[in-house]
Amino acid sequence: MKLNRKNKLLIGLGVTAAILLTKLFIIQIIDDKYKLDADNNSMVYSIIYPTRGIIHDRNGKILVGNKVAYDLLVTPREVEEFDTLGLAKVLEVDPELIRNKMAEYRKNRRRIGWQTVVMLKQLPQETYMKFAEVAYRFPGFRGQARSIREYPYNAGGNLLGYVSEVDANYLKRHPDEYKAGDYAGMTGIEAAREKELRGEKGYTIWLRNSKNRIESRYKDGEMDKEAIPGKDITTTIDAELQHYGQMLMQNKVGSLVAIEPSTGEILTMVSSPGIDVDMLADIGQHYAEISSNPYKPMFNRAVQAPYPPGSVFKLVNGLIGLEEGVVSPGTLYPCSMGYHFGRNKLGCHAHKSPINFEESIMMSCNAYYCYILRDLLENKKYESIGIAMDKWKEYVMSFGFGQKLGSDFPSELGGFIPGSGYYNKVYGKGGWKATTVISLSIGQGEIGSTPLHLANLCATIANRGYYYIPHIIKDSENVSIEDKYRERHYTMVDTTHFPKVVGGMYRAVNSGFGSGGTASIAAVEGLEICGKTGTAQNPHGNDHSVFICFAPKDNPKIAVAAYVENGGFGATYAAPIASLLTEMYLNKEIGESRKYLEERMLGSNLMDRVKVRK
Amino acid sequence: MRELGGHRGRGLAKSIDWSLVICYLLLILIGWVNIYASIHSTEPSSIFDWSCRSGKQAVWIGTSLILASIILFALNPRIYEGLSVPIYLVTLGLLVGVIFLGIEVKGSRSWFEFGPIRFQPAEVSKISTSLLLATVMSQLGYRIGRIRDFIITALIILIPMMIIVLQSETGSALVYVGFIFMLYREGLSGWLIFMVGMAILLFILTLTASPFVAILVLVGIVSLCICLYSGKFRWWLFICVPFIVLMAFVPMILDTIAIRTLGEEAVAAATESGQLPLLLKIKPLYILLGATGVSIPFLAYHAFREGNTFTHLSILSLIAGIALVFSADFIFNSVLQDHQRKRIEVLLGMKEDPTGVGYNVNQSMIAIGSGGFAGKGFLNGTQTTYGFVPEQSTDFIFCTIGEEWGFLGSAFVILLYVFLIARIISNAEKSREAFTRIYGYCVACCIFMHLFINIGMTIGLMPVIGIPLPFVSYGGSSLWAFTIMLFIFIALDSNEKKYF
Repeated sequence: MKLNRKNKLLIGLGVTAAILLTKLFIIQIIDDKYKLDADNNSMVYSIIYPTRGIIHDRNGKILVGNKVAYDLLVTPREVEEFDTLGLAKVLEVDPELIRNKMAEYRKNRRRIGWQTVVMLKQLPQETYMKFAEVAYRFPGFRGQARSIREYPYNAGGNLLGYVSEVDANYLKRHPDEYKAGDYAGMTGIEAAREKELRGEKGYTIWLRNSKNRIESRYKDGEMDKEAIPGKDITTTIDAELQHYGQMLMQNKVGSLVAIEPSTGEILTMVSSPGIDVDMLADIGQHYAEISSNPYKPMFNRAVQAPYPPGSVFKLVNGLIGLEEGVVSPGTLYPCSMGYHFGRNKLGCHAHKSPINFEESIMMSCNAYYCYILRDLLENKKYESIGIAMDKWKEYVMSFGFGQKLGSDFPSELGGFIPGSGYYNKVYGKGGWKATTVISLSIGQGEIGSTPLHLANLCATIANRGYYYIPHIIKDSENVSIEDKYRERHYTMVDTTHFPKVVGGMYRAVNSGFGSGGTASIAAVEGLEICGKTGTAQNPHGNDHSVFICFAPKDNPKIAVAAYVENGGFGATYAAPIASLLTEMYLNKEIGESRKYLEERMLGSNLMDRVKVRK
Repeated sequence: MRELGGHRGRGLAKSIDWSLVICYLLLILIGWVNIYASIHSTEPSSIFDWSCRSGKQAVWIGTSLILASIILFALNPRIYEGLSVPIYLVTLGLLVGVIFLGIEVKGSRSWFEFGPIRFQPAEVSKISTSLLLATVMSQLGYRIGRIRDFIITALIILIPMMIIVLQSETGSALVYVGFIFMLYREGLSGWLIFMVGMAILLFILTLTASPFVAILVLVGIVSLCICLYSGKFRWWLFICVPFIVLMAFVPMILDTIAIRTLGEEAVAAATESGQLPLLLKIKPLYILLGATGVSIPFLAYHAFREGNTFTHLSILSLIAGIALVFSADFIFNSVLQDHQRKRIEVLLGMKEDPTGVGYNVNQSMIAIGSGGFAGKGFLNGTQTTYGFVPEQSTDFIFCTIGEEWGFLGSAFVILLYVFLIARIISNAEKSREAFTRIYGYCVACCIFMHLFINIGMTIGLMPVIGIPLPFVSYGGSSLWAFTIMLFIFIALDSNEKKYF
């Protein structure tokens, strides 16, 4: 045979065929990895679902655990004539439901083939046990254990989020990771930490004989894969405190956030009204109810609602004023029921006049901060008011306002801080001056900040000038947190200016009734609470009640922000609630003299004041 | 002018190569029976039941036989040469049109749908490309070695191939690579095939091992070629081989030195934080590139003095190879689509994942492997009938054959194909007309590529590339196309025999 090109190609063909035949010979005859039993068996994979990771609170208490429930599976091809009524009775369901399901399987028998489908989901253990006793009467039906979520504390429904079966949309977004019938975290921590919590599915391989009965384990389970349980997660939440916070906020709309200033760990985050943990466990049943609730319990106000901060914001303007040198601790300004400019006036309440810097915080004087803001914006240091305005915005943002803080909590929103660009757009370039935007001085106007921003401001002041990004996952063996949560974030205001503000906040709370201090109601003996009230004007109804506080004054352990919609003065609702939470955290109990306050807060109902679109 | 379907010369019955026809009939019969077996358990019904796939396949087979008869008895084989250009252009139009007008099936737009009938232009395009290749390359004065002719030939193949890639049917496009064997027969330099093979090898090495290893192998092979060409094999053995072995150990040596001097923990910590000490910042790859870079000008000067073109070309190939290695990573990560990347990863064993992409292959190998020597017997397969193997009547039909008919049955099918292909090649060689020969080789190449890719996929030799097994897989569009393709060749072949 000549070795011409035709023959070379024929040799190539022969070699290729030899390769295919060799490989076939290997897998069909030599290698018995692919062999099955001689009796014509085939394998059935039964999936073992991993238990989901447990979510702990900061003290090791279980916030979210697992309990066993059973899904009832059916392989329609294996089902013989059976007693529908009997099965319905055991399972405590309507016989019609079973009939309908069976009819549906018959209709789709081509598509289903030999597959097993889920007929009923999440049967409680007792029901399943009753079924197991009589299961022999119902060939083709079997149970499969699934672990579902259990919530020992009624704490942090919105934070924790819910777990539910993945839908078509979810599958499309995660094509390779999930299969129909899997569960996944949809909101809150469950969603944010889905990767750690979910674990890995395993499977057991069974052999099915030629009559389609499951007979034995394939290779005695050698090829089985064990499920890997999800990782446990420790949160920074204090379960007891969270629960107490929810009680204080019940029947009110708003938010309550507590942070440990020395770490940025979120101790409590309440958004009210929220989702009850009982609803979380069975979200499918309650979803319609929750989403049609006019108070929007799914909306996490603590990180999403852009509120005007009100007078609390004076602290920021005061600090900027000190840093820029337009005001000093000794500066005295008069106030005659407000700040007058031209024919206009920004009103204030009755208090002594003139007052210095600390007193301005203590008495929450509006006029004082109008002077500061005007001096800031008309500062000769800057070429124009636009530049001064942007400098101000830069300062404010260094406190974390007007941007997402970067917390590990999903769906955080950034709020809004206006700058020259914004006002140029609204009023035209040169169409505005300091007095146009004067309400910024007292935290009104275009400012939008979330309760988390306010709690972070409070923690920053408590730390005398820096904050850690608030976060909700605690560093633990299983799950480590990112480095950014361990970094100090300094504001643009020098740390030396903070003690003056702290002094004012201390006097606002601890000067006693009749002194002019706005937050005397928040005082707790021995705790040295420092606070600042705010009353955010609300053109749509009652004003919002705002309060931030931290305690103790030196070496603070907790910083709280309370925001009660339509609660009126800061001292009416927000200050009592925030101070009660502080007291509970530091003293583990509420003192006798303040029991009346606690009762009033627990009992009051402001829901009717809140205007909602039904 | 000879009359249409004329019976002058030797009788048609005698001039037709009946062995090819019998081979064809056997294959479609095997296909039909196994399609029935693959759906038998989920849809137990008669093999002729129109509502299930075996019944539909019976209709496709019937219509295919009618098509075959028309080609054999009614059409004059002379028309193909003249019609090849319009057929090619119309097919190109269909290929482009389907991108915009077609329906989407599994992420690719390559099917037209007319009521119950689906049709894939890519199947027809194999025929039209083969016809045009045969027409162009059989022209008097055509020489594949001439640049102009080579470019025209390449374009005829590459244009439909590129459009099919645009339809996301990379599998069908891959079949066109098979034409290279036909080109080889027609005089294309064997070096070109060698180069293509090398490129694939480098690509795989870059992905599975590292660019370092790939370049090391490249340097080894190029130096071997240069030395062999100039008869200095010893030189290669005693100078190049030790150098390459030494280079292969460089990464290890660097590591050892670093650990000796800094301590193991420090090195581990440094690696983790990304702040490597100076010693570890020296990548072995750069040393290798440096050494190669220094030796290239030296070699080039040497070659220039000797007037050795081969060495020059080798150096060019070396540089091209290095460029390829560096772009391989880019191609893999940016050009290939997600599912293709995954399939390659599983195939190369870079990722283990028995329930994902590897699942299909694993299940298909279990099905075939469980067949053993003699198989489980007709309709007794369990793996394929319980739906473990996906696409069991189309792309994975070979699983049913392997499971129910065992090694005997699968080997028989493979040998049947080998016979078919070899017979086409030898008939093509015997032909006195270049057109028939070239067309015959095209047919053989297409069947060969389908055979190798499809069966290779089911037994884990190839990545999962969804193309059908010719004549056997379920599907009208593919059966029709292969029938037409084969019978055009049989008709051309018999037409010649009639007169000689």
